[in-house]
Amino acid sequence: MDIKRVKDYIYWLYYQYLLITCSYVLEPWERSMFHTITVTVFAMVVYTAYVFVPIHVRLAFEFFSQIFGSQPESTVS
Amino acid sequence: MANPSAVCNGHLHHHHQKQNNLLKSGIYKKNGITKGMKKNGVSNGTLHKKTITEHFEQAPMYVAVLTFLGFGVGTIFGYLRDFMRAWGLEKRNVAAEREQQKDFVPLYQDFENFYTRNLYMRIRDNWNRPICSVPGPQFDLMERVTDDYNWTFRFTGRTIKNVINMGSYNYLGFAETDVNALKTVTIELQKYGTGICSTRQEMGSLDKHVELEKLVAKFLGVEDAMVFGMGFATNSMNIPALVGKGCLILSDELNHTSLVLGARLSGATIRIFKHNNMQSLEKLLRDAIIYGQPRSRRAWRKILILVEGIYSMEGSIVRLPEIVFLKKKYKAYLYLDEAHSIGAVGATGRGVVEYFGMSPDDVDVLMGTFTKSFGAAGGYIAGKKDLVDFLRTHSHSAVYATSMCPPVAEQIIRAMKCLMGLDGTTQGLQRVRQLGKNTRYFRRRLHEMGFIIYGNDDSPVVPLLLYMPGKIGAFARRMLEKNIGVVVVGFPATPITESRARFCVSAAHTREMLDTVLNALDELGDFLHLKYSRYSKSSHPELYEETRLELED
Repeated sequence: MDIKRVKDYIYWLYYQYLLITCSYVLEPWERSMFHTITVTVFAMVVYTAYVFVPIHVRLAFEFFSQIFGSQPESTVS
Repeated sequence: MANPSAVCNGHLHHHHQKQNNLLKSGIYKKNGITKGMKKNGVSNGTLHKKTITEHFEQAPMYVAVLTFLGFGVGTIFGYLRDFMRAWGLEKRNVAAEREQQKDFVPLYQDFENFYTRNLYMRIRDNWNRPICSVPGPQFDLMERVTDDYNWTFRFTGRTIKNVINMGSYNYLGFAETDVNALKTVTIELQKYGTGICSTRQEMGSLDKHVELEKLVAKFLGVEDAMVFGMGFATNSMNIPALVGKGCLILSDELNHTSLVLGARLSGATIRIFKHNNMQSLEKLLRDAIIYGQPRSRRAWRKILILVEGIYSMEGSIVRLPEIVFLKKKYKAYLYLDEAHSIGAVGATGRGVVEYFGMSPDDVDVLMGTFTKSFGAAGGYIAGKKDLVDFLRTHSHSAVYATSMCPPVAEQIIRAMKCLMGLDGTTQGLQRVRQLGKNTRYFRRRLHEMGFIIYGNDDSPVVPLLLYMPGKIGAFARRMLEKNIGVVVVGFPATPITESRARFCVSAAHTREMLDTVLNALDELGDFLHLKYSRYSKSSHPELYEETRLELED
C-alpha cells in the first residue's frame, strides 16, 4: 500500500515538473531532449557541488579559524 | 421589479449645456431644478446597501515566476522549431512569405504569429471542438483525433455523449429542444419560414419584429427598442452611427471586441480607462472637459462611455451607480452592453440596471444580446424613442443587414414572456432564481476549495485561474476525460500570465451536475496543483451553512 502511495506521489511530482516547465505540451522527441538537458544540468550541478563544496568549506573554515583563532594573541602582544 | 420611479431620473442638469449634442434632446429631461448632488447621494445610498464583493486575488509570487519559466521553455522550443523550419529540417505547416516577398516587410514574424505557431498549436485540441447537439446543460461532442500534433484533425465518426456543458452562455437554459416549449416557434416557422431576404429598411420589417421590439421595450422599461439580427454587429455597427469624428469614446480596457471594433470604425478618439476603475474614468473625463480635443482645444462634440454589464473574461459587474454619477457630473453619455448580464442578473433578470436598483433612464443606450440568456440570436438597442428612431434610419445594421428571422424572433418573445410571467407561469422567475442559486453555490464551493476565481459573487461567469501554459492543456483534457466540457482561455484573450478556465453557470444545471463538476474540480485541483488561493478556509469543507457562518466571523 505504502509503495503504491509513494509511486503515486512520485508520479505526481513528475507531472508537476511536466506542467511547470511546460514540457507537458512538447512533442515526445522534444520532451526527451528537454529531459536530457535538465538531467545533465542537474547532474553537473550535483557533481560540481560534490567536488568543490567540501574544498571551499575546508578553506573557509581555515580562513575563519585563522582570524578568530589569532585575534586574542594580537590583542595580548 | 425594475423600478422606473427610482431615484435619479435625469434631474441632474446644470443649466448651461453645450448645444451640439446629437442625442441630448431625447435623452434628458431638461428640468435642471436641483444641483443634483443630493439626488445622486440617494442613488449612491442604494449602491452602498448592496455590498459589491468582487474578488481579484493575486496569486503568490512563485506562480508568476513558474508561469514565466513555462513560457520561457515553450519559447525556446518554439525558436528551435522555427529554426528547423527555416532550414528545411521540418515541414512548414503554416503560411510563410513567398520567395519574391522576402525583401518586403515581414508578414508572419510578430509575436502573435510565433505564439500561434509554437505555443497555441500544441494545445489546440482544447479549442474549437465541434458539438453535435443542443448546447443545453449536457451536450454531445464530435470525437476527433490528430496524427500530427494538432496541425490537422480528423473525425473518428464517434460522438462523446452527455458531456456536462460548462461553457455555453445558456444562462437561463432557454437553449432547449423541448417540443412543448418550442410550440409557438414551430408555428411561426411554418407561418413565415426562415428567410427574410431583405433588410429592415426595405422589405424585411415584419409584424414579428414590431411585436418583439414592443416587448423588449416593455421588458426593459424604456420608451422604445430596436432589434438586430446579429449581436456582434449590434455593437460594431451602431456605435459608428452614434459617434463620429470630434467625439470622444471612453472605453473600459476589457471591453469586448465588438465594442472595440465599433469604436474604431466610428472614427472617434478612443481613450481607455482601467477596468472598472472610477478614478481612472473620472481623470479621463476631467481631462476631456478641461483640455478638449487635441491641438484645436475645442470641446468634444460628445463623450460616450462604453462599458459592459458583466465582463465575460473577468466575471466582474460594472460599477454602474458610480459611472452614472460620473456621466451625469461630466455630462457624458453612457452606452451599456448587457450582452452577458441581461437575463442573468437582477431579481427578475432585467440586467445590471435592475441589479443596482437603478432606473433604465439613467443609461442612455442600453444594448444587449439575445444570443445568451434567451437562447436565440441577435441583439437590441433600447432607450429613448429619439435614439431608437435615429438608429432606425442611420444604423448600418438597419440599412444593410438582413433582419432577424421570425422563428428566432418568436423564440426571444417566448423566452421574454416566460421571464416576465406573461405566459401565466412563474417558470421564468424560477429560472432566474435558480441561476442565482447555482451561481452562488458554484462560486462558494470553488472559493472553499481554495481556487482563485475572479469576479463578482453574483456573476454567472466564473473564471478559474490556471496561470501556467501547461496546465491549460492538461486541465481541459482531463476535464473532458471526466465528461465535462470546459472553456479554457489564454493569451491573447487574457494577459499572458493569467490563463484561465471559464465556467458559465446555467439555470438548467442541476445540483447533481454541479456537484459532479465540483468534485472533478476538487480532485483535479489537487492533482494539477491549482489551488493557489491563500484565503482558503479549509481544503475539504462541509457544505452546511452553519459552518460557513462560523468561519466568516
